[in-house]
Amino acid sequence: MKHEIYFTLNHEKILHEVKANKTLLQMLREDFDLTGAKEGCGQGECGACTVLLNGKPINSCLVLAVEVDGKEITTIEGLSEGINLDELQKSFITNGALQCGYCTPGMIMTAKGFLNANPTPTLEEIKVAISGNLCRCTGYKRIIEAIIEVAEENQSKD
Amino acid sequence: MKYVGKSVTRVDGIKKVTGDLKYVDDLKMPGMLYAAVKRSPYPHAKIININIEEAIKLPGVKVVTTGKDFPKRVGLYLADKTFMAVDKVRYRGEAVAAVAAETKEIAEEAISLIKVDYEELPIVSNVLDAIKEDAPLIHPNLGEYKHAPIFHTLPGTNISEHFKLRKGDVELAFEQADFILESEFYVPHIQHCPIENHSAIAQFDREGRLTVWASCQSPYAVRAALADAFKIPSHKLRVISPSVGGGFGAKAGTTLEGIIIPLAMKTKGRPVKLTYSREDEFNNSYVRQAMYATFKTGVMKDGKIVALKSNFIWDGGAYTEYGVNIAKSAGFAAAGPYDVENIHCDSYAVYTNNPVGGPYRGFGMSEIHFGIEQNMDIISEKLKIDPIEIRKLNAHKPGGRTATNALVDDACGLIDCINKVINDIEYHKPSQQPKEDYKVRAKGFACGMKAPSMPNNAASSAIIRINEDGSAYLSVSAQDIGQGSDTALTQIAAEILTIPPENISINTGDTAHNPYEWQTVASRITYSAGNAIIKACEDIKEQLFHLASIKLGIFPRDLQLEEGFVRSSIYPNKRIPIKDLALGLSMEDGSAVHGPLIGRGTFIPENIRNFDMDTGLADNPVVFWTYGCYGVEIEIDTQTGNIKVLKVASCFDVGKAINPDLVKAQCEGAIVQGIGSAIFEEIIMQNGRFMNPSFMDYKIPTANDIPEMLVSYVENRQKDGPFGARGMAEPAMIPAAPAIASAFYNATGIRVKELPLTPERVVKALKNHKILNKK
Repeated sequence: MKHEIYFTLNHEKILHEVKANKTLLQMLREDFDLTGAKEGCGQGECGACTVLLNGKPINSCLVLAVEVDGKEITTIEGLSEGINLDELQKSFITNGALQCGYCTPGMIMTAKGFLNANPTPTLEEIKVAISGNLCRCTGYKRIIEAIIEVAEENQSKD
Repeated sequence: MKYVGKSVTRVDGIKKVTGDLKYVDDLKMPGMLYAAVKRSPYPHAKIININIEEAIKLPGVKVVTTGKDFPKRVGLYLADKTFMAVDKVRYRGEAVAAVAAETKEIAEEAISLIKVDYEELPIVSNVLDAIKEDAPLIHPNLGEYKHAPIFHTLPGTNISEHFKLRKGDVELAFEQADFILESEFYVPHIQHCPIENHSAIAQFDREGRLTVWASCQSPYAVRAALADAFKIPSHKLRVISPSVGGGFGAKAGTTLEGIIIPLAMKTKGRPVKLTYSREDEFNNSYVRQAMYATFKTGVMKDGKIVALKSNFIWDGGAYTEYGVNIAKSAGFAAAGPYDVENIHCDSYAVYTNNPVGGPYRGFGMSEIHFGIEQNMDIISEKLKIDPIEIRKLNAHKPGGRTATNALVDDACGLIDCINKVINDIEYHKPSQQPKEDYKVRAKGFACGMKAPSMPNNAASSAIIRINEDGSAYLSVSAQDIGQGSDTALTQIAAEILTIPPENISINTGDTAHNPYEWQTVASRITYSAGNAIIKACEDIKEQLFHLASIKLGIFPRDLQLEEGFVRSSIYPNKRIPIKDLALGLSMEDGSAVHGPLIGRGTFIPENIRNFDMDTGLADNPVVFWTYGCYGVEIEIDTQTGNIKVLKVASCFDVGKAINPDLVKAQCEGAIVQGIGSAIFEEIIMQNGRFMNPSFMDYKIPTANDIPEMLVSYVENRQKDGPFGARGMAEPAMIPAAPAIASAFYNATGIRVKELPLTPERVVKALKNHKILNKK
């Protein structure tokens, strides 16, 4: 059975019909061709599918598409326009915080949502915040450094 | 140097931080069908009958195939597998039938309608049982399988490779030794866990041309395997690897490609896609083989090891097309990075009804070093010689001999690495103990080494095209699987051509457009593809100098490249931009010569020779050895059994760091992956059943688990490496588990014989040993 949902996707109002059993991740990838969010496990264990729901990072594989009715979704594709990258995206590049890139969109979205809520976190808070996002390549060190760099910029803006 | 040796920013950053980069599962094609696979519920059973009638009738189903459609046996080193089971299944989860349908849901429903009758066979779930004389045979026809001539199968047994190393007279040396020590170790199955699961798409056109999009490390190796299996001419088989979301060896060979190709043959040109779920990934891609090791070591009073007898018994699982080479490689490194005159080593690849073993970062070296390095600690303790000193005394040094009796060349910097790490971790300074009396800290140390395990003729090639604006295209089939090869290889070209990296675009991953590369494995890409690129650049240079010589009236020998110009080395103002020669040279009378500049470079390691089949000895069996070591500090919570790795210092001899940041990034990733193998990761097998195929039950390290990392390297130039570079990304993981086990012993007095050091194992071990070495 299909449901009509009305939500905001990457700053754009969307009216969409979706099957009740479709996950948010499936809807984003299949219906909107937003493939930045990846399925790494389908069980909410790896974080590769992370997007922002009302500004908070969530595993889109664990959320049903119908649940986002009336809500706001931001994916990695909605984080920047053209070559004007978000501070986190820039920081990930300059800090070498990526290797194969598969976990990167999810990792950045988690960091984005986290820094929205906690703009000047401690190192330990950063580690906890991204501990639901698995990365097999980097050893996390440079990812943490990339997030710290943005957090420090936040601090200097205060 | 302007670009080599500099931490140039990754060239693939923007597409990866924006989600723009498409991986195979992100690809959608018109008319695409979706595949699903029927898998065996038994680890060992005869297939009596497969009934596909109900499945094929389901609306939306286009094709159903079974193993009988393509019964040819294939394999990289040993042709022992079919892409789907034909006569019997040999592990739980083996593919027996496949469906292509309009949607994934329909395909999965169709799978449930396929009925398979099995007759269960006795299973062999333990590798030590598998080598017993009366063990049920998993491959009764082993003797008929084709294999590379360097392997020694034992038909009539479950042993698919027996590598023998016989150096010196080990028995005589034991008689003369002051001490003889014996030990044994076990390393369980683990898995690569790239975050991207395997995915592939196959499509035929009406002329019989096949295109395969696959998340694979080695498009040419996949092409070769598929061309052979399906009898498709190479020029009609195009393999595209658009990007790889982590490999670590898991994507080195062929896995699911062979399942979808028979489907795609019958879909009249419609592409067929199959993407593994995480559970499929765990069950049905490669695993790192489990391994039993035993060591008998003869040592003199002064600490010199004079004899070593070792056995490595590898649980290769149901198919060992790749595993046979891991067993062989282990034999080449039988004594680890130590110079031992008398060695007797037997290394066996063994069939069991467990998941299929395959290449995993380190290719056997992490597994054998877990034992080799702890064995060094045992000797050190017995002889009351400092563990570092005993290693230095026995270490490979220039002028020494490897296990196969090859000369250790001047580029072996193991001692330099040891000195660096000991200093960084302050090894001889006792750990500062935490105030909680139930916690204890200690340090540990281990060495490691690795050579690329590859055929002697593993080759690379590169093509460089100069564009009319002086920018360049670099084409190779080395795959950037995250390690950063796109960046490092671009730097090599930039250095020689004097064209900045941002003006060079690197193209990879398409056998129709990029030249040959054997495989992106074995930490060989910087070395091998790098050398091919140097040759392609030299080819461009020669053409440029030829044309510039005509234009400038200067001998080619007096020309050089500088900042995008060809200029005279004698008269600096006599110069011409590369771009003016990119399409050839136009003369003053309007005529032109030469045409567009295309540079061609190929590389094959020279003088790598076969080993003696009876003794395993060889004077030059590998292209290089990469050496290094770890010093670690850990904290054990004796109440919970949790181990926290506080600090890791690592140092490897990389020859030359083409990109220092990328080298360090490989080391950091390796440390954390290594920690996973030491304290978290283990595939739990029960009677052929994989009990924990999810990230819920198979834990890999998170950001919370990382130590402070003090990463360094030394640079003893590789004589035939590009700018002196050698491979390092796999070696960088090897000493992790033994170093942590060594620290565990130093903290508790308990010698760990089996990985991983999970809280459960730690608490159990501590129960029996109350004394902590807390100073």
